[in-house]
Amino acid sequence: MQPDTPLALVLAGHVDHGKSSLLGRLLHELDLLPAGKAEELAALSARRSVPLEWSFALDSFQAERDQAITLDTTRVRVKTPKRTLVVIDAPGHKELLKNMIGGASAASAALLVLDAQAGAEEQTLRHAYLLKLLGVRELVVAINKMDLVGYDAATFRGREKEVGSALKRLGLKPRAIVPVSARDGANLKAPGDFLPWHRGPTLLAALEALPVPRAEKALPLRLPVQDVYRSDTRRVIAGRVESGRLAVGDELMFSPSGRSARIASLCAWPQDAPTSVEAGENASIVLDRPLVVERGELASHLDHAPKWTAVFDAEVFWLGATPLAPGRELTLQLATRTAPVRVQAIRHRIDVATLEPQPAATIISGEVARITLRGHDLVALDDFTALPATGRFVLRDGFITVGGGIVDASGYPDQHVARATAANLTPMRHEVTDAERATRLGHAGAVVWFTGLSGAGKSTLAMGLERRLFDAGYGVYVLDGDNIRRGLNANLGFSPQDRQENIRRIGEVAALFADAGLICIASFISPYRDDRQRAREATRGGHFFEVYVRADLAVCEARDPKGLYWKARHGEIKGFTGIDSPYEEPDTPELVIDTMQRDAAACIDQLFEFVRTRCRLPA
Amino acid sequence: MSDHLHALEQQSIHVIREAYARLKPLAMLWSLGKDSNSLLWMVRKAFLGQVPFPVILLDTGNEFPEVYAFRDRLLKEWGLDYINAECPPVEETDASLPPAARAAARKTLGLKRLIAARAFRGILLGIRRDEQAIRGKERVFSPRRPDGSWDFRDQPAEFWDQYQTDFPAEVHVRVHPLLAWTELDVWRYIEREGIPVCELYFARGGKRFRSLGESDITFPIASDAASIADIIRELEQTRESERAGRAMDHEREDAFERLRAAGYM
Repeated sequence: MQPDTPLALVLAGHVDHGKSSLLGRLLHELDLLPAGKAEELAALSARRSVPLEWSFALDSFQAERDQAITLDTTRVRVKTPKRTLVVIDAPGHKELLKNMIGGASAASAALLVLDAQAGAEEQTLRHAYLLKLLGVRELVVAINKMDLVGYDAATFRGREKEVGSALKRLGLKPRAIVPVSARDGANLKAPGDFLPWHRGPTLLAALEALPVPRAEKALPLRLPVQDVYRSDTRRVIAGRVESGRLAVGDELMFSPSGRSARIASLCAWPQDAPTSVEAGENASIVLDRPLVVERGELASHLDHAPKWTAVFDAEVFWLGATPLAPGRELTLQLATRTAPVRVQAIRHRIDVATLEPQPAATIISGEVARITLRGHDLVALDDFTALPATGRFVLRDGFITVGGGIVDASGYPDQHVARATAANLTPMRHEVTDAERATRLGHAGAVVWFTGLSGAGKSTLAMGLERRLFDAGYGVYVLDGDNIRRGLNANLGFSPQDRQENIRRIGEVAALFADAGLICIASFISPYRDDRQRAREATRGGHFFEVYVRADLAVCEARDPKGLYWKARHGEIKGFTGIDSPYEEPDTPELVIDTMQRDAAACIDQLFEFVRTRCRLPA
Repeated sequence: MSDHLHALEQQSIHVIREAYARLKPLAMLWSLGKDSNSLLWMVRKAFLGQVPFPVILLDTGNEFPEVYAFRDRLLKEWGLDYINAECPPVEETDASLPPAARAAARKTLGLKRLIAARAFRGILLGIRRDEQAIRGKERVFSPRRPDGSWDFRDQPAEFWDQYQTDFPAEVHVRVHPLLAWTELDVWRYIEREGIPVCELYFARGGKRFRSLGESDITFPIASDAASIADIIRELEQTRESERAGRAMDHEREDAFERLRAAGYM
């Protein structure tokens, strides 16, 4: 008899809704309890003068039996007539959430247990949300304790509807919702006489029908480098293929170093060396040239490479003892990469009772939130929805695991593309110097870079400032978003990648204007910090001044001069900054202009003084 | 080839490599039983035939003679860096434990002293969740307090194979690559791979050892299984627990829990 592949199934649900009891009773129904266990439980219950408690079959710590709660995850093998389930019994207590998460992350399916009388409670929905977040998509719901509601069909239908619609909002669709009673053993293995109205499967049948997930062989290759084994004769790169497959002769790129080489051979012991290795398998790779590769890099093929970014959004669950707040420095562990990261922003918290996002300044232990993280360096990663294994991470604070999350970097551009560097070029030196130009024009050249949300007032201020400076004798010109997009950047759209290229070109053009001796006012939303930094670096001599034209999203949306917010809210525009695409506020701008506090004339005065001071010629 | 055994093996090798990459110096407990021999086999696979760290026998002097002979054979054949860690006498163990548990606790003390002497940060060992309910609660990377004890009430969160391997300097980490394996999985793997095992596992005169511990506290079971194939057939049918022959598990309801909390394997 060959062993089948067991299905890891986590039990989730609110404390006291009877998860452990259900499992204990199921083991009894399947005649899987060790010889004498049922009698032992009966004796134990008699001794403690409590009704027979099936969960005692599972709770193995003395403390668990004493308090009749599960403290830490228990794994129980359930051999049904058709398959083997490894049932992970996870604690339902809020305080034990980290143990529940540990158990659930190892599962590929879940049994969500719900008390027919109490209905969905806080931990029910929290667990359901975490299942979604952890990537557990396959689900069976058991409405337990049907005995307490007299096996009433209407009660079941009500609960079925209630939990079904909550799960639907999470994008989870249970394979089955079944009424059961652990105490009576109703509808576990056999329908019994308790539920004559029930037409659906028994719990066992529903669990036996759950599909076994397959390794991700057809997806793009990802191999996080785990180690490099050096010997006198060779250097072997060790790592597990998380998705896709690799073969001898393939060219591998390592991110984010960008180095690449071909696979010369794959090693193995004691068998012959394989010619290919696929998802779920460990690889031992020898490259065709000596390349400096270290633990933490992510290998892929040249096409379908991971995204390189320092900043990304994530849905996280927080387990830390102190609240999570913007500015918090943490360590990110993503596959084999560890990197320092900073919490740049909390976008919202998820209220698990309603499953709605709500504003939050801090996130406390047990809460789920969407946040923006920024690494000190580039990180190679994927969106969780595309490649789970390289799209999820753990957060640590020193030696403590304080949370975990899944990546959504879809709103941010790939910095790999921006890294393309020109080769074989020799810059020519101008015969006319910067000083000569400045003397002729009476001021130094500069880039005044306006950034801010759509509707913050950038264009109004840019054109007003241009007028003021021009009238005062300055050489000045405005580069404005819509104007540039009609010409120079007519071939670019609004994807993160195109937005990045848009700003890259404008940054270069603005720098040329400044070189020519002009004051160039660049007025663009320019939502990404990295892009603005690149524009700053393109400008010579430190003559780049970042001006944050600030107005709250609500104010901009109320102004809505171009009617774009309305369209974005009504789904007519996708990827609109502030609505469904991120805006990163400047960290240390040279100037902040608050258009909520002051009118345009006052703002222009302030800007004019700023430019006059900064671009003044040395006396 | 079974997909399931292959998946288990690959998962274990991943853990072994992770331990080696992150916990230095690393060593492995080699009790010479079927589990630790399978683990050692996978260590050799992980490092392409090498065993790049020492293997340790916690020696009470009470192993069966057949076990010592088996050790000497493999030491020669596999060229291992071997540490024979002699365990302190039973008088030094916690006197409040039942007798067999005290005998087992000698190993805890032996390991504690060795770790102190050699400053090992990581110890690989071949325990499995299905062996014993308390072991079922274990983490793959399980930190031990400076005195070697296990804080099972407050274990680190462990998810998605993203193991926590950074701990304060005084903490050592027990690494358990075989947690997800069952006794049957191990025997099927031994059969598939041709891994050597001690002769005591095979029946002689209607008895065999299902689990190997010290000769003073381990007892054979009634069995006619004389080959690996026989053992697999036997295990597919049995409802007896694997450690039925280990006296220390059965003395008192919480004896094993106490042993493990104090640092037993």
